Amino acid sequence: MTLLAVEGLNKRFGGVVAAKDVSFALAAGEMLAIIGPNGAGKSTTFNMVGGQLAPSSGRVMLAGQDITGLPPRQVCKLGVGRTFQVAQTFLSMSVAGNVQMALTAHHGRTRDLVADAASLYRAEALALLAQVGMAEAADRPIGELAYGDVKRVELAIALAAAPKLLLMDEPTAGMAPRERAALMQLTAGIARGQGIGVLFTEHDMDAVFAHADRILVLVRGEVIAEGSPESVRANPEVQRVYLGQSGHKAALRARRAAHG
Amino acid sequence: MDFGFLVVQSLSGLASASSLFVIASGLTLVFGVTRIVNFAHGSFYMLGAYMTVTVVPWLLDFDRSPLLFFVGVLVSALVVGALGVVMEVLLLRRLYKVPELFQLLATFGVVLMVQDAVLWIWGPVEIPGPRAPGLRHGVEILGQRFPAYELFLICVGPAVLGLLWLLMHKTRFGILIRAATRDREMVGALGVNQALLFTGTLFLGAFLAGLGGALQIPRVSANSQMDLSIITEAFVVTVIGGMGSVPGAFLAAVLIGQLNAFGVLIFPKITLVLVFLLMAVVLVVKPWGLLGRPEAAAGRAALPEGILATPRFGMWEKVILGVVLAATLAVPLFGDAYTVKVATEVLIFALAAFSLNFLVGNGGIVSFGHAAYFGLGAYAAGLLVTRGGFAMEPALIAAPIAGAAFAALFGFFVVRLTGIYLAMLTLAFAQIAYAVCFQWVEVTGGDNGVVGVWPSGWARSREVFHYLVAACCILGIAALRHVIYAPFGATLRAARDSEQRADAIGVNVRMHRWLAFTLAGAAAGLAGGLYAFSKGSIDPTLLAIPMSIDFLAMLLLGGMQTVMGAVAGAAAFHTIKDFFMPLTDHWRFFLGASIIALVLIFPRGLSGAYGALRRRA
Repeated sequence: MTLLAVEGLNKRFGGVVAAKDVSFALAAGEMLAIIGPNGAGKSTTFNMVGGQLAPSSGRVMLAGQDITGLPPRQVCKLGVGRTFQVAQTFLSMSVAGNVQMALTAHHGRTRDLVADAASLYRAEALALLAQVGMAEAADRPIGELAYGDVKRVELAIALAAAPKLLLMDEPTAGMAPRERAALMQLTAGIARGQGIGVLFTEHDMDAVFAHADRILVLVRGEVIAEGSPESVRANPEVQRVYLGQSGHKAALRARRAAHG
Repeated sequence: MDFGFLVVQSLSGLASASSLFVIASGLTLVFGVTRIVNFAHGSFYMLGAYMTVTVVPWLLDFDRSPLLFFVGVLVSALVVGALGVVMEVLLLRRLYKVPELFQLLATFGVVLMVQDAVLWIWGPVEIPGPRAPGLRHGVEILGQRFPAYELFLICVGPAVLGLLWLLMHKTRFGILIRAATRDREMVGALGVNQALLFTGTLFLGAFLAGLGGALQIPRVSANSQMDLSIITEAFVVTVIGGMGSVPGAFLAAVLIGQLNAFGVLIFPKITLVLVFLLMAVVLVVKPWGLLGRPEAAAGRAALPEGILATPRFGMWEKVILGVVLAATLAVPLFGDAYTVKVATEVLIFALAAFSLNFLVGNGGIVSFGHAAYFGLGAYAAGLLVTRGGFAMEPALIAAPIAGAAFAALFGFFVVRLTGIYLAMLTLAFAQIAYAVCFQWVEVTGGDNGVVGVWPSGWARSREVFHYLVAACCILGIAALRHVIYAPFGATLRAARDSEQRADAIGVNVRMHRWLAFTLAGAAAGLAGGLYAFSKGSIDPTLLAIPMSIDFLAMLLLGGMQTVMGAVAGAAAFHTIKDFFMPLTDHWRFFLGASIIALVLIFPRGLSGAYGALRRRA
């Protein structure tokens, strides 16, 4: 079943076309990666789905409902959780407090003047933290955690809204290689187990080819290839773009990915 | 109204705009480079004026030539520039890393110190300045007489703009100023000598303020209130123009000059209100001013300045709470009338300060005009009793409603902004409220206010009234404290920590901040209403800037990182002020110095010290 359908998205910033007629679909429980060289329009596309940017034209459908141009908080209410390239958490709160806050928002109780915030949804928060392997750190201030652990907590925060779709903007940016693989494995397990669709952008080709079910390749705002990791890897157009235009580093990454 | 009159009116608007621009350009340059909103800029302006009324008559004794007049003006401005250097080296240098609220408070400390220094040196009587030789005559324009000096002033503004443009584009120093305004971190990373750049900028900024003051002398007498009146106008100009933008300041100054010149013809009573309304409208449409840019995003998330933990009362805290409550209730039994009065006021200020920390510490909403809601509550209660003939009880119910209503109205605009622009808008709204209370003489009694705001018969004795205040304030503080521990309070902290994350988990950040602003306004309004009855009168000082600063100083002294800090701060601040004020003629100097000392050496306040003590134990 199609969970997310993106139809003909366009975004212009003045004279620059950041996204041109981008269309794709994502099924429940599927992991779709968006890759492409710097400035390909990955983040633009991503932010149009998440509500941070309104598209110039085109539609975003979530489970049959039009969510085009809705602000992030409403997109969230309709079942989209997200993590950010640089982790965004509530620094003054404990690890559990962060997840409890997300649960409070999810249940629409942020205007409650009476209940005790410290105990509200604590059990549920601990359960979510257990899912991401962070239950032991529940009462530590989140500012004390290693960055990889913060990313795990951010995943738990995103899961608190019981999302149908997870948006992860470069989930492994700034992490050590071993942490990266662990986080992607964790995400994939949760997504498949609970039937959550995951849309992610990523620079790390290891993570992409190891965990994505399908890959969407964007170049200068246009989709140039889409399909399984194998077909994308074999696509001559993709090879040309990655080897020919993005320089040495990208070539090395792609080659490493192809042999890994 | 004939054409000639309109032209002359417009010209006099341009003359004011010109002077305003000279002052505001310095403020905006200093903000652009140092990111400090310098309250003391108004003090530099005042010092420029006082220097000139001292130096120029002395020079004119030698020879009444225009040349010596302008030499005197220039020398005064240079001296003020040098004072700017002193301030940078002694104070601002230590402030660049502290949160912006603390910076604002510290520069306000300088304002207080300079005020007392000026009174001490030049005395309380205003000093008329000499008129400029060679420019004393009037010029005939379309059948109207127009002072030649005003024509000269009209030329000064564009001339300063031109010179600043040359400085900013043709000299290395100017290019560095522009670069630092755009991205200060980058300029630092490129190995520019920042200390020299910042000192130079402060010199330039203070020089311009001093020049503005010096040039005013033929028009107005030097007086000790000119600092605060000019600083709010200069703030408005820089905010409307976009903070850090010199051309923006010019544009805004011209706009305001014209608005004032013609506004005074159409709405003579509410010219001040017009100016602040313009600012509110501009900020809602263009949140960074006409020609300003959004702040460059900070590199990494930092721990917010505010309430970080919400611990329960432990055994020790319960003991302290019990002792404080017992003492509060025992004061009327053992204390004399004076002690009871002070204790009553402490309770009232504790509620007001607590409601402010609910915004600042818990919500990250740095309000610089909290006195507005306190004062409006006081006016609502006071006017109902004196003009409306109501009793105390309904008036005390009306006070929080008035506070909440105005907070809801102003807050609607305020929560659209963040950071320094938000602080400036709260200040502007407080000044609107102040201006209305000051200027609407028929209803509010203007400067003198209204007397005869007495409690109902049963509560008229100091003792009974103390218990009434204690009941209201303790319940108010307890209720607000409960909200801090409730999901609503946690949501405000969440939005303060990361607006982006709060948005992504489905929180409507603006709406929650607006509700918080309204709630805090209600509590401040109640405190204000009680204060009106404790004083028996109302007057505009209740909603003036110094009152807002007092509240912030209470937070600072108590420590805004903790829930109960504001209460301790209010108690300490008010008793100290009450004790010292009668002892010295220079309490403002000491208050200013204490604020600066608090910011520099004691930024966590009393509760920070208490926390350190508890951890050691």
